[in-house]
Amino acid sequence: MATISSIQESIIEDFEMLDGDMEMTIGYIMELGSKLPDFPEDQRTDENIVKGCQSKVWLHAKLDGDKVVYEADSNTAITKGLVSLLLTILSGQTPDDILNADLFFKERIGMNRFIGTQRSNGFAAMIKQMQIYALALKAKIEA
Amino acid sequence: MVTTDLNIEKIRKDFPILHQEVNGKPLIYFDNAATSQKPQSVIDALTHYYNTDNANIHRGIHTLAERSTTAFENTRKAVAEFLNSNEVEEIIFTKGTTEGINLVAATYGRKFIGEGDEIIISGLEHHSNIVPWQILCEEKGSVLKVIPVNDKGELIMEEYDKLLSDKTKLVSVNYISNALGTINPVKEIIDKAHGVGAKVLIDAAQAAPHATLDVQGLDCDFMAFSAHKVYGPTGVGALYGKRALLEAMPPYQGGGEMIKDVSFSGTTYNDIPYKFEAGTPNIGEVIALKAALDYVSELGLENIAAYEHELLEYATELLSEVEGFQAIGTADNKASVISFLIDGVHPFDLGQILDAKGIAVRTGHHCAQPLMERFEIEGTVRASFSVYNTKEEIKTFVEALKSAIKMFK
Repeated sequence: MATISSIQESIIEDFEMLDGDMEMTIGYIMELGSKLPDFPEDQRTDENIVKGCQSKVWLHAKLDGDKVVYEADSNTAITKGLVSLLLTILSGQTPDDILNADLFFKERIGMNRFIGTQRSNGFAAMIKQMQIYALALKAKIEA
Repeated sequence: MVTTDLNIEKIRKDFPILHQEVNGKPLIYFDNAATSQKPQSVIDALTHYYNTDNANIHRGIHTLAERSTTAFENTRKAVAEFLNSNEVEEIIFTKGTTEGINLVAATYGRKFIGEGDEIIISGLEHHSNIVPWQILCEEKGSVLKVIPVNDKGELIMEEYDKLLSDKTKLVSVNYISNALGTINPVKEIIDKAHGVGAKVLIDAAQAAPHATLDVQGLDCDFMAFSAHKVYGPTGVGALYGKRALLEAMPPYQGGGEMIKDVSFSGTTYNDIPYKFEAGTPNIGEVIALKAALDYVSELGLENIAAYEHELLEYATELLSEVEGFQAIGTADNKASVISFLIDGVHPFDLGQILDAKGIAVRTGHHCAQPLMERFEIEGTVRASFSVYNTKEEIKTFVEALKSAIKMFK
């Protein structure tokens, strides 16, 4: 499994190829979202909705051995792409790695510029929720 | 005679902000219902005030104070003329429409509306014309009633008739809906309310840039509007109130300007309108509002409305050919606002992609959540046109929309 840092470097390289073109960047993010695996219907509950997002985002996490596996979905295509980026980086990592992760890719790809303040706040809420899940699953592993 | 032969290219030159690229594309600004852009004359008025006249008003004896005070009061005269009010003293400066409504709720409402009394608003209201009344009702034990909206986004007037009774103390409705563009039959609403002895507040926030306002002709008791939607600065608006009502109302806020004499044993309040204007106002912005009203007056509101109607009809025609287009709000009488959805595409996504193409539209619930609930939707994409917009921009917008939709197929 690649490390959180190396996955981020690879994402940064992909975004560099888009050369800051707003339309192409959004198109690319939407394409990433469309590749997200189907979200389990039994997890599409109010409890799994991320608070603080303007769009609806469902996020769920489970353990696979000592690794956290995330599943997510959104009712908007761009947000689905954004959450899929996070899943690419954090899903399949250990709780400790997730909790200690420095998500430097956000600044390096200039995310705030192309998603705006409101979506940035929602994006931060998704990250926070993923960390909360990691913490809870860490406690489960240690129990 | 209404003419639509405005020189739009010349008008566009008056608005410096329009001539820029956004995300590498020429800006197309279709978020005018949220706020309009400002002509150079308004920007110049603001700059002139701070460069040459800046002083506090009404109290200083020196030349700058005299200049500021004169310019400030000249705007009051211009607003009185804009609203066709009978007296200049019936115009109170506020921060905007929201504060105007809150002022009436907090003063007239608190004094004259009591337990069991009823306030009627409409299902087309934005939050600013809902929440102040909810607060008042909670405090006083009064009851809030809502005129329902039909599928076209028009008020159901038969239901309004049923809501009216001798319990009705106040009716507060918007002239034009910000979310759907519906133009409400305010004269009929006012006359019927007066028939049961109720007072009427007209929220003219959206109407001010699109319709001729005439408080005497309408015979409304209060009318509120914001400068920033009518090509003026932000943070400033005006409230009209009939003299007798304003005189009977208690002050809104305590402080300087609203008093005649203060001693620790008691205070005598100032005359209207100063009784309602505590503290130092947004002087420069109030002064610049006159430049905005002068600008509108020069173009002629009827000309503006006629041209915007042309834009609305053109946009409606082009948009109706877009695959999956669904208009939300199809009132017979509409201002230049098109709220819509595209099947299978979330409004946020569309708004973001259009922004990437340099086109500014509003997406979401437009601060009118109950109205969105009425249509069982989360929100819409809203394109709202102003006098400086063109048919070419609409054509570009529709092409951009079609190309955005392709990204979702």
